[in-house]
This record gives sequence, structure tokens and C-alpha cells, in this order.
Amino acid sequence: MAEQIIYAFFTVIIGVGGCFGYFYGSNWLLDRIFPANASNDSSAVRNLKMQSMIRPWLFLGPALILLSVYLLFPVVQTFWLSFHDRAGDKFVGLANYVWAFNDDQFRLSIFNNILWLAVVPALCTLMGLVIAVLTDRLWWGNLAKSLIFMPLAISFVGASVIWKFVYDYRGEGQDQIGIINAIVTYFGGSPQVWIALPFWNNFFLMAILVWIQTGFATVILAAALRGIPEDTLEAATIDGAGPFKIFFRIMVPQIYGTILVVWTTITVLVLKIFDIVLTMTNSQWDTSVLANLMFDWMFRGGGDFGRGAAIAIVIMVAVLPIMIWNIRQANKEQSGH
Amino acid sequence: MLNRLRLEPSRILLNLAVIFIIALWTFPTAGLLISSLRDKNDIAASGWWTALSSADRKQVGRMKGSADQVEKDGKFVISGNLFEGGDGTSGKVSAFGTKVQTPSANAAGSTVTLDAGQTLTVNVDGSYILTSPTKFADERGGRIFFVSSQPPRFTLDNYQSVLFSEGIGRSFINSLTVTIPATIIPILIAAFAAYALAWMKLPFRGLLIAIIVGLLVVPLQMSLIPLLKLYNAAGYFMGVPSKTYLGIWLAHTGFGLPFAIYLLRSYIAGLPKDLIESAQIDGANDFKIFRRIVLPLCFPALASFAIFQFLWVWNDLLVAIVFLGSGPDQLVLTGKLNALLGSRGGNWEILTASAFVTIIVPLTVFFSLQRYFVRGLLAGSVKGG
Repeated sequence: MAEQIIYAFFTVIIGVGGCFGYFYGSNWLLDRIFPANASNDSSAVRNLKMQSMIRPWLFLGPALILLSVYLLFPVVQTFWLSFHDRAGDKFVGLANYVWAFNDDQFRLSIFNNILWLAVVPALCTLMGLVIAVLTDRLWWGNLAKSLIFMPLAISFVGASVIWKFVYDYRGEGQDQIGIINAIVTYFGGSPQVWIALPFWNNFFLMAILVWIQTGFATVILAAALRGIPEDTLEAATIDGAGPFKIFFRIMVPQIYGTILVVWTTITVLVLKIFDIVLTMTNSQWDTSVLANLMFDWMFRGGGDFGRGAAIAIVIMVAVLPIMIWNIRQANKEQSGH
Repeated sequence: MLNRLRLEPSRILLNLAVIFIIALWTFPTAGLLISSLRDKNDIAASGWWTALSSADRKQVGRMKGSADQVEKDGKFVISGNLFEGGDGTSGKVSAFGTKVQTPSANAAGSTVTLDAGQTLTVNVDGSYILTSPTKFADERGGRIFFVSSQPPRFTLDNYQSVLFSEGIGRSFINSLTVTIPATIIPILIAAFAAYALAWMKLPFRGLLIAIIVGLLVVPLQMSLIPLLKLYNAAGYFMGVPSKTYLGIWLAHTGFGLPFAIYLLRSYIAGLPKDLIESAQIDGANDFKIFRRIVLPLCFPALASFAIFQFLWVWNDLLVAIVFLGSGPDQLVLTGKLNALLGSRGGNWEILTASAFVTIIVPLTVFFSLQRYFVRGLLAGSVKGG
């Protein structure tokens, strides 16, 4: 154990030190090669010009290289792989896509993904909005929000253990130690293996993500609610609007943009959902989603990179509209400066 | 203040509603924490919500044999205590019986008549007296089935066993080895890149920013196959293993960069223009400006991203199982927990304690640095609006 700690300590030092070394070293080198305090003025000016041409790329270099290797190249490569056979050697055209859309497991995964997309973002945003409004005027509202927010810090695997315990099943007649089955049996029902009930088990898995992400929606929407001018709300109250009318007619339209952002952020997350399904059911009992199906094709049973890549491209295509919207939004912001 | 203390029915209702939601949200985690502190037999026997009250437990005890009998007033008597020689537990007997099906047939303290004129008395404290008109012959004493109520008890045994014998302690260190550099490296790289994109003159700046924003939503899963092939090729080419800590640091750095650059760029671009320009006029080059002025000023944004990246790397499972091996020297906490879910699926004492060890670090970071975390969330997602 002590050896491991020492080893870990030194690898950390080397990794972080190397990074510092690059930035200091490269900039030092630049100042040496093109010294700004050169002997005559014309070469000093030329050197400064060279410096200001090269330095941005020294700053950007590592980031651009890493982004290219870890994100851009894989996108291109996956696209290319999806038209090739299992080892990635032979061009097979659209065969992987044709296979996918005729495959029952793939259709099931698409169906489940759509189910997740329909339920989780909507439920998180709605719950987040309700909690944000309820806690807004409460003196202990911040504490309440912290507690709702807390699951966001917990890993999906940790959350899965927590929820497996919640859904735990014991045979009928035994004392139930999972709280859901305990409640069900208390009211005279019979205990169920919740995560093994096809179709409905999807919702029990979704509950976990809703539990995690509602805090995110709450915090963002609460901040947006704070931004609504006090006068507007007061004017509405004086005009005799009830709390529901204020909520639907004034609050929701005012923070509509933020609601949209929260919704899309959670949508992107849901499209990539993987860990919860892996740890809760491992895709059994008809709970498979696209990311897990892709993972299975890539790394299990010998693997088929072509089919795995085709599934990855399907996920990518689903994300594409959000990506374009994001870029346009960012461009608008920039030109607004 | 008075306004707050006014007890209107609608305010009471509001408070109750919020309390209800919070109870709903914290119950699952509370269950995990309480269970991890309970004895393993208790976890399997009763729900964690009963842990604070005394629990009824069905037990079995064996009476002493014929060797211990004494003759008293013409009767043969065996006496002792049911809690002696058992698993060391104590408690209060609430009922007892002589058949396994009926452990609660008789209330504690009562006397029952058995076959052949024998009588048996079991008291609340567990002491029993068995009398018989004839001499006892069996060397082995008979069994008594009883229900005892156990006082609540908590123990750190589960933590001790997962940390030192289940390998969680080792994985904890592995997780730190992955997380610390994978948090610091992208901060440095992204901060330099963000400064260049915000304040330096360079061609294609708009295009670069658009690409980075586009990469924000690229599904991680897409990268896995190509990168794995690349890693295997590189490992083979250089004669080193393909699964190394360096490999996963760079992977996490690459995946974290779009968000880091995006977050830091918008913060750095918002710094006052005069500040940077006056430094330029004073003859400082960009490296100096960045180090002396920009870096200290953008500390809040750096802290926000650091917390994000820390939580994300610490909690990640997918990248870790793809880019790191599954040996004890590389398996991180999430991977270990996932493995335990498979191999120790029913051992809740191990699962709950392990899960709590994995979530304690992010929870500590979260509660101590919540301010920065929330600020980062707001900067990272609220735009347009």
C-alpha cells in the first residue's frame, strides 16, 4: 500500500510537472530565439512580430492536438468504421445500418432511448421548476436546494447501489429490506422484482436519473427565477392574479429560454446514458439503450467494430441538431459583443 | 422577521410540501449510510428504517445437557442463560417456544409444562429453568426457539472489511492517482487556450470557437473504438502496455477540454479590456500577462471547472473500464464497485460501505465548494435566455 502511494505520488508529480514544463519551456525558448531586446531596432520589431505570430499557437497547441486526437479524429474514424466489416478491413457499404434497423435488440434500444428522452428531461425540468418556485420564498430554501442538489455529486454507480437497495426484493413472507417492497407489503400488496419487470423497469431506472438531475434543473431555474423583476410580480399580484396564474402567465414565459437550456442539457445527457443501465440490469430484462448496445458490440463476445460504430453514429446523429443549435447560439453571442 | 413567523395555513402547507420532497430525495442516501453502519445480520434481517428502534430477532438457543443437572427438592433442575455461549449478543427475550415453527408461543416469564411432567420457564433476561421429576438422560440439551428484542447497535466493521480486505482502499488510491492529474492538466491547457481565443490575434478564431462548442456535445462513446485502436497500436509500436495512467489522464483531458475552454474563454473574455491593454503597452508579453494578471483573476472560473472535472473524473466508469486495466493496481473505485455489484450482489454490508466510501469524497468536495460549483453550472449552461 505504501509503495502504491509513493508510486501514485510520483506519477502525479511527473504528469503535472511535464505540463507546466511545456508552457514555461516553450515560451522561454520563444523569447530566446526571437529576443525582444535585440541589438538593433528593426530586428527587435521583427522579432516581436514573430513572437506574436507564434505565441498563440504555443498557447493553443496542446489543446488543439488533444481535441483532434480525442474528439475530432474519433468522429471521423467512427464514421469510416461504420461502413466496414467487424475488423474494419473490408468496405461493406450500408450493411451495418441495414443490419441495425432490422435487429430486434437495436429497435428495442431505440424504443427505450426514446422513452428515456420523452420522460427524463420533462420530469427533471418540471420537478426542478416546482422545487425552485416552492423554495424561492422559504428562509431555509438554500438548505433545501442543497439537499435536492446533492445526488448530482454522486457517481452513477454509487447511485445504482443506493437504488438497488431501494428496489431490493425478498421472497414473499420474508421481511422486506428494500423500502419500496416494504411499503408495498405494508399496504397488503405482494413484493415485486422491480428491475426485472419488462417495460416498467425502464421507469424504475429513469427514476435514478431524475433523482440525480432534478437538482441541476432546480439550481439553474432558481437562479433564473431570481432574475425576474420584482415589479412584474408585484404588479401581477396587485392586478389580482392568483399564484397559479402568476406561475403560468408570468414566471414560465419569463424564464422560457432557461427552461429550454435545461431541457436540452439533460437531453444530451440522456442520449449518452450508459452507466445506470450497465450497473442496474446490464441490459437484461429489455432495458438495453443505444450506448449499452454499442458497448456490448464493441467489447463483448469478440466484438464487431463496424456494428458498434454504426450504433455510435446513430447516437451522434441524434445529438446533431442540439450541436448545431449550440453553435448558432454561441455565434449570436459573439457577434453581440 | 415577523412576516416570516406568521403561521398562515398556506405557508405551513408550503413547508410541508418541501419537507416531503426533501424526505423523498434524501431517503435513498440515508438508507445507504445507515445500512453501512449496521451489523451484517441486521441488514439482511430487517429494513434500515428499523435500525433506530430495537429489533425483534428470531433466535435459537440450546440448553445445557444432563451433566449440569442438580437435584433440588426431589426434582432435577437445569438452569442457565440463553444468551450465554451464543454469538455474544444480548437483549431481551419477549417470547419463546420449543418448536421452530412457534418461537413466540409463550410470553417471556411464563412457565410451560412439557411432556413427562417437565416444566420450562424462560425469563426476559434470557435465564431459563428446566425441571423434571425424573433424572435427565440426554447429554445434549434441548433447543429453545425464542424472539429477542435487540437494542440498536452500530459498528464500523463493514468499513474495516471493505477498506482492508475487499480492496476498496487500494482502489481509492488508484482513483486519486487518476483524478488529480486529470483535473490539473486540463485546467492548465484550457486556460492557455482560452486566453489565446479570447485576447490574442490569430486566424480562424471564430471557426475554432465554433468547433469547440460543437465538440461539447459529442457523445463520449463515439471516441472509444478509434481511441482504443490507437492506444493498442501506440502501445505495440513503443513496446509498452496500452493501458496506463498517462493514457487515461490524456483521455480525460481531451474529453474535458471543450467544456473547460468554453467556460474559461467566456470568463476571460469578460475581463476588462483596459487591464490587458495597459499591460501590453508596458511591454509585457502575453505569457507574462497571462501568468501575472489573467490567471489570478480567473481563479473563480478555474475553481468551478476544477470541481466539475474532479467530480466527473472521480465518478466516471466508462472511460476507466476502457482505458485502464482491471488489475488491483489500476482498478478505480467506480470499477471496483461495479465488480462488487456482480460478485457480491447480495452482500449489502459490503456494497453499502463500499458505495459510501466512493461517494464520500465527491460529497465533501461538493458541500465545501458548492458556491463555485453552482457558479460554474450557471456559466456553463445559462446562455441565450
